[in-house]
Order: sequence, then C-alpha cells, then structure tokens
Amino acid sequence: MTEAEKLNIKSFLDQDERKDLLRILTAGSVDDGKSTLIGRLLFDSKKLYDDQLTALERDSRRMGHAGDDIDYALLLDGLKAEREQGITIDVAYRYFSTNKRKFIIADTPGHEQYTRNMVTGASTANLAILLVDARTGVITQTKRHTYLVSLLGIKHVVVAVNKMDLVDFDKNIFDSICYEYKNFITDLNIPDINFIPISALKGDNVVDKSERMPWYNGKCMLEFLETVHVSSDRNFEDLRFPVQFVNRPTLDFRGFSTTMASGIIKKGDLVKALPSGQTSTVTSIIGAAGEQEDAFPPQAVTVTLADEIDVSRGEMLVHPDNMPRMERHFEAMLVWMDEKPMNPNIQFYIKHTTNTTKARFDQIKYKVDVNTMEQSNVDQLELNEIGRVVLTTVKPIFFDPYRKNRQTGSFVLIDPLTHNTCAVGMIIDKLSDKDLPSKIVDKDREKIIRGEALISQEEREMRYSQKGTTIWITGLHGSGKNNLAYTLERKLFELGAVAILMDGSTIRSGLSKELDYSPSDRAEHLRRVAEVCKVLNDQGVIVICSFISPKDSIREQVAEIIGKDKFNLIYMDASLEFCKNHKPEFYQKVDKGETVHVPGIDEDFEHPLNADLILKPENEEENLDELIRYLQNGKIFPIN
Amino acid sequence: MKKYNLSHLRELEAESIHIIREVAAEFENPVMLYSIGKDSSVMVRLAEKAFAPGKVPFPLMHIDSKWKFQEMVEFRDHYAKEKGWDLIVHYNKEAFESGVGPFSHGSKVHTDIMKTQALLEGLTKHGFDAAFGGARRDEEKSRAKERIYSFRDKFHQWDPKNQRPELWNIYNSKVHKGESIRVFPLSNWTELDIWQYIRLEQIPIVPLYYAKERPIVEYNGALVLVDDERMPKELAETAEMKMVRFRTLGCYPLTGAVESSADTIEEIVEEMMVTTKSERTTRVIDFDQEGSMEQKKREGYF
Repeated sequence: MTEAEKLNIKSFLDQDERKDLLRILTAGSVDDGKSTLIGRLLFDSKKLYDDQLTALERDSRRMGHAGDDIDYALLLDGLKAEREQGITIDVAYRYFSTNKRKFIIADTPGHEQYTRNMVTGASTANLAILLVDARTGVITQTKRHTYLVSLLGIKHVVVAVNKMDLVDFDKNIFDSICYEYKNFITDLNIPDINFIPISALKGDNVVDKSERMPWYNGKCMLEFLETVHVSSDRNFEDLRFPVQFVNRPTLDFRGFSTTMASGIIKKGDLVKALPSGQTSTVTSIIGAAGEQEDAFPPQAVTVTLADEIDVSRGEMLVHPDNMPRMERHFEAMLVWMDEKPMNPNIQFYIKHTTNTTKARFDQIKYKVDVNTMEQSNVDQLELNEIGRVVLTTVKPIFFDPYRKNRQTGSFVLIDPLTHNTCAVGMIIDKLSDKDLPSKIVDKDREKIIRGEALISQEEREMRYSQKGTTIWITGLHGSGKNNLAYTLERKLFELGAVAILMDGSTIRSGLSKELDYSPSDRAEHLRRVAEVCKVLNDQGVIVICSFISPKDSIREQVAEIIGKDKFNLIYMDASLEFCKNHKPEFYQKVDKGETVHVPGIDEDFEHPLNADLILKPENEEENLDELIRYLQNGKIFPIN
Repeated sequence: MKKYNLSHLRELEAESIHIIREVAAEFENPVMLYSIGKDSSVMVRLAEKAFAPGKVPFPLMHIDSKWKFQEMVEFRDHYAKEKGWDLIVHYNKEAFESGVGPFSHGSKVHTDIMKTQALLEGLTKHGFDAAFGGARRDEEKSRAKERIYSFRDKFHQWDPKNQRPELWNIYNSKVHKGESIRVFPLSNWTELDIWQYIRLEQIPIVPLYYAKERPIVEYNGALVLVDDERMPKELAETAEMKMVRFRTLGCYPLTGAVESSADTIEEIVEEMMVTTKSERTTRVIDFDQEGSMEQKKREGYF
C-alpha cells in the first residue's frame, strides 16, 4: 500500500466515523417489489459479496420468482420456513451504508395478518418507504400502511410508485397516484410526504436517476434517503431522564444512568426527581467518552447530583418548570400483538420507559378497522387489532403524549401468565385524569349518582343465601312479640343467616328519642324504622322488627317504604287478658292513668286482616318453628 | 446554536449501552459470553463504559473448546488480569479428557460437544438467567430476524416462531423460572462498524487479526495455521510460511486464514471494502447445509 493510499483510507475512515444513521421502515407484500427494491439498494451500494451473489444466482434459478433475472428478494428471506412459504413473516433488519449515511432497514411483510410486524418495525424508524404498484395505484394496503405509519409517529414517508416500466413510464399515471394519495392522507398526521417513480426491477430512480423519466425532477431513492433531514425530529425541549440504573461502585460515588429519552441536561442544571419532588443540581455528566458538559438523546450517560436525594430505577429526573404528566390513569391507542386475545378483566404488567408496574383496562372505547379507519365497539381486542383504551396503573407513570415524545409516550403490556409481550401502546393527550372512565364504568357512575349499589341483589343473595326482607311482628303490648323476635334472631344466627333485630325500646332510646306515643309521633317513629329496614334489606340483611304498630294505615305505610315483596307481617294474636297477665306492672300504670296512648286501652288496635302469619302466644313452643318454616317456604332463608 | 447530532457509531454505542444496563438492572444473574474475538472485545468495552466509573456488575465467561489459537488464550489471560475482569473459563472436562477434537471427531461433533454442549453446561452450572453474546444481525441471513432479547426455554432451545415483539427500546425481561435469554447488544452493528469502533476507541485485539508470516497448511479447503503439536504430523509437515491474517477467530483447525498483507486497522478495512467474500466463509461450520446456522441456533448454539 502506498503512502497516498494509506492517507486515503484514513480520511475515508475519519469521515465515515461521522456519518449519521437513518432507520427506515419498508412495508409491502412480495408482489410490490419491496424485497427487490431493498435487494437493489444493498446490491448497488456494493454490500453484496461474491459468494452471496453466486448463491443468489443459484437460488434465483431454483426457486426465484423473477424469471431469468436475479431475484433480489431471495437475498432477504432468512429463515428456512419462510423461504419455503415464499413470504416474509417477521421483521428482518438489513444494513447498508453509502458515503453519506448508514442505513438500517426494518423490512416487514405487508399483509393485514402481519400488522404487528409492521408496527414493530415502525417503532424505531425515522422514515417509511411505502410501495405502490403503478398499475393498481393506491389500494387498501397502501391506506393501511399509511395509517400504521401515522399511528407509530413516523414523520417522513416516501411513496415509491413502483413498476413504472410496466406503465411505459407514464407521467399521468404517476401524477394521478400522487393526487389520489394526497387526498386520502389529509386526515393523517404525517408532516413530510414525498413521491418517487421507480422501477425496482430495472433499477430506474433507485440508485441513479433514470433517463427514462425525464419529466421527474426530484431525487432518486438513494439520494433522497441520503439527504433527508431527520435529526431535528428528536425532542430536545423536554428533559426526561428515566433512571435506568443506579451506579454506586463506592460510598463516594452515586450516579444515575440512562439513555436520554428527550431534552437536554447540562452541568449545573436544577433537576427535580419524580415522584419524590426533591430537587438537586447536576454536578457531573459521564458519557461514553468520559465527562461531558451536556447530554442529549439518544446518548447513554450517567449523572451525579449535588445532594443525596432518593432516586431509584423507574423514577425520573426532569427540569422543575417542565413536568411530564404524572398519573395512574390515561388513554392510549393499543395494538394487540398476541395470539391469545385480550382478557379485559385481568391485570397486565406494563413497562413504560424503565418503569414496570401493573395495569388494568377500564374501557375499550372503540376498535379501529385498519383498512377503513372506521370505529366500532368491541369487548376485547384480538391479534393485530387496534383500539383506543383507557388504562389504570398501580403506580403512577411519568408520561407525555406519544405525538410529543416517542420515548415517554410508549409502553408495552406483558401477559401475567405467559410473559409474552401481548400489546403495545401509544399514549394520547386528550382527557384529563378525572374525565376518564375508571373501572367504575359509565353505567356504574350513573348508578352511584342514583344511589344504587354496584353489587347486585343476586350477588348478595348468593353470598348470604338469603333474601333481604323484613319480618315485622305486630301485636299488643305484652303479647310476647319481643320474646319471639329475640328467639328468632338467635335461631337465625345459629343457622348462619345475617339478621338484625329492632324493637321499640331500642329505637325509642336513640333514633326516635324525641318522639312520644301520640299517633303522629308513633307514625314518624315507625317511618324511621321502615327506612332503616329498607336500607338493610337492600344490602341483603334480614331485619326482625317487633313493634306494636297498631293501625292498618301505619302498617300499610311501613310496607310501602320497605317494599311489599320484602315486608312480612307476623301477627302475635294475644288477648288483652293474656297481655295483662304477661306485663302486669305496665297495665297497672295504665289502669292508674299514669301511662296513656296505649293501644287496646285508650287507643284502637286494629287486628290486621292481611297478616302473612298469625301466631298465638300460648303456643310459644311451636311459634319459632312455624316462623322458621315460613321463612323456608317463602325462600327467604335459606334460599335453596 | 450547538448541533445535537450523533454519529452512527455513537448512536450504536448508546443503543448497546442501553441494552447492557437494562439487562443488568432487570436480571438476577447475567453473564457476558466472551469469545476473545473482535466483537467480544467491543462488547466488553461497551460494558465497561456502561458502568463507569464502577466495575462491570456481572462476570465474563469464556467457553473454551480447548482448541482455540494459543494467541487467543494468551490475550484472554493477559487482559483479564490487567483489567481485573471477573472471568470464568468453562470447558467440557469429560469430553476434553476423552480426547474430543476436530481432527479426530470432525468439525460437527467437535463443535457440538466442545462448544454448544459446553456452553449449555456452563450456563446451567452457574444458573445464569441472561447471557450476552456478540452476534450481529448482518453476519448471516438467519440472524436478520434475531431479536435483541432472544428467548430460550428450560433446555436453552430457541423457537423461531415463539419470539417476542420488540418495540422502541422497551425490552420485556419477564422469564419464568429456568428460562433464560440470550442478549445481543451488537445486533445493529456491521462488520465495518466494529472495525471503525476498534479504531476509534483503540481497543486491543488478538494479533491474529493482523497479517504476519505464519506456518499454514491446507485443510478441508481452508488455510489453517499450525498452532500446536496436536495437528496430525503428516498434515503439519506440509506447512508453508504464508503472509496471512484471520477475519474471524475460533478453533484453529476450523478457522481459515486469508492471504493478506494488512497489518493495520486501516488496511484491514480497506481490504474488507474491496473483498469479495463475506465474513463467515472462513468459518468451516457454516458450509454444512442450507439453513445450517438456524439449525444450530435451535439446538442452543449462539
């Protein structure tokens, strides 16, 4: 090697070290000539070696789809099974470089059933090449790919109108395809769109400008790829430093390592740690080549802070005046990646930046048809389906909308059982936390507003094996109501029922303390009791009530409040004679006129005509059994 | 205003460091497989950078087939000592003692027993749940679709149909007990990137990569170095001194040299750019059958 040559290679390497990197997504099916295009870019940029080329020529003859020409597609299909099927079913990464740039191509298949592969390839791409067959123009697949490119936030699109050789390099055909595509794309958020007429097979406008399309004034494919400006696509405004690794080799050094998600961090910057809110100053930044003054994405750095503040992996450093959203609750576009359909009722792991927590679905707002972009309501998402969802996480996450920040706006969901990556999501900036539905779904919210429980009557009945009803025992003072009520409560307790007992003296000593025994106060007193019964019955509890409740009108009102189906009127049919013997002290006071408003004496006691069960106090032994039988027969307790 | 723009090498470097840190943060017991080759040397340098000023928080493991070039072993021991690496050297003791080798058993049996089996044995013995490897996607067609986190079942087997999607730079590290991953932080590097980085960072590499007069025999259609006395005498006697270098390093009887006078990185790169043979053609094991790498990967080879 001469000295001049040595100098030459040195300057080549010096220059080459400074080249930047462009990540490209290509999507399309075998028929589009996508693989042919990539193969040609690789071939014509001299990336192919002799032995690969010899193998390629051999394979082309044996299993190619390009007639006598070299089938560049064969170069790309790596795995045996795929080669046999003649389709590319996964994301394949290709590498080539020119004097100006290094390129990584994420090569993905085009069919709808490979949406997940395309989404994967798109996630890291700066630019997408979409192939359109000049003979067919913009088809459903083109629209689907464009939608996915927009969904994944790729800012630059090149529409390669391929197979121009088959339409006689006709400018009008090219123009009408451009026109049609522009019309369709207006709703989608892609800032930079370009059209290039090519023939991948023949090489027109791929690596060199074609002389067969003099009407085309733009750049050929390779030149375009070499010059498109992408470095300003990164977010340099909002500092997001998601702590990836706490580096603590000695007691004197405590560094926080990460790959800069966005924004710029400088020595001396005041930073705030999330979620603690503690602040400190950046004292040093260690990059891959040692100490540096500042750091920007996508550099991988370690910073040290002036103060001992509490920061661990999954937490974030930011500038105090530029905060991300810090919430547990957000909305996202989700792509389902797993063969196993979504189970919307379980918790998933969510990995967002360096932070892993758990998340559950609150709502699937709609599913998007990737071909028509129409929305529909669904209960779950299946493989390759895309939908808009609302999620709640266990720990808060620190995010920005995906449109603003690809790094802090993206996440993956991991199945808790299989550990597969089952879905990927892009966070939407739309509703504030409080306006989003949570697992208490819309219907429930209305119920709560109405005061309806979220546990249904059926669920309560299943749990307690009983109907929430009221056993209302009426009868004269001293008729033995309380005796029956208390023994019933004991018996039900033993049988496992959930029952509560209310009687006159308990309620009058508290809830109805200010009321006396006048008819109007008595009515109010019993109204209160009935309201309590209703609340308890609604919650599935059996209530045993022992109240004189002397008039039909009062008992009617009580039944009304509680609900007639839950109101069981038990009449303890005792003669005044019996009562006087049973409670002599009370009736002596009545005789002396010391106690007034006593039903059966100075007030009417109306014998109930509509009682569900009439018992005689003399049959004390059997009354309890009869009442229990009544509850059994009425399927009040137990239900089964 | 300052331009915030990274060169492709610095971007690849950052990406690799991200991956290495992520594994260190999320796995219990990672290991970095060190093959002594140029890619391994780059990978180890990236790991050192990822945790600077601290030490790399996991060990390196070399699977020694016992048929490596002597210069490789010297290089390994020298740098392990100088840099203070926590280095494990593992080999298939039983097979070694019973005399398995490429000359007596052929490349296929030797590779299977002394490399693949030894690797699985080493991983199992130490219970590693993540193992870094220096493989690149541009090496071979079947690697183009390899994930950065490549999942292996309890038997260290790779199922091409059952790999997880990888989006953005978010890697799913959930594995069940007994399962493990292989991690390829250099996935997006090309051979040229590796050389440029070695040049930029002045990373030491085994001198075998540079051209020198060496005793060479022709064996199985490849130029093979007479590295020790285990080469059959009648073969070794045919040796001629040739100016050669090695593009890849492995077991000396299975690694072909190329005739070359390139003794600097610049010359190597220049040679590489005008060369007409891809890197792996100097590896004897690839020629077996179509899709052979894929087959080996399924069985647990890197």
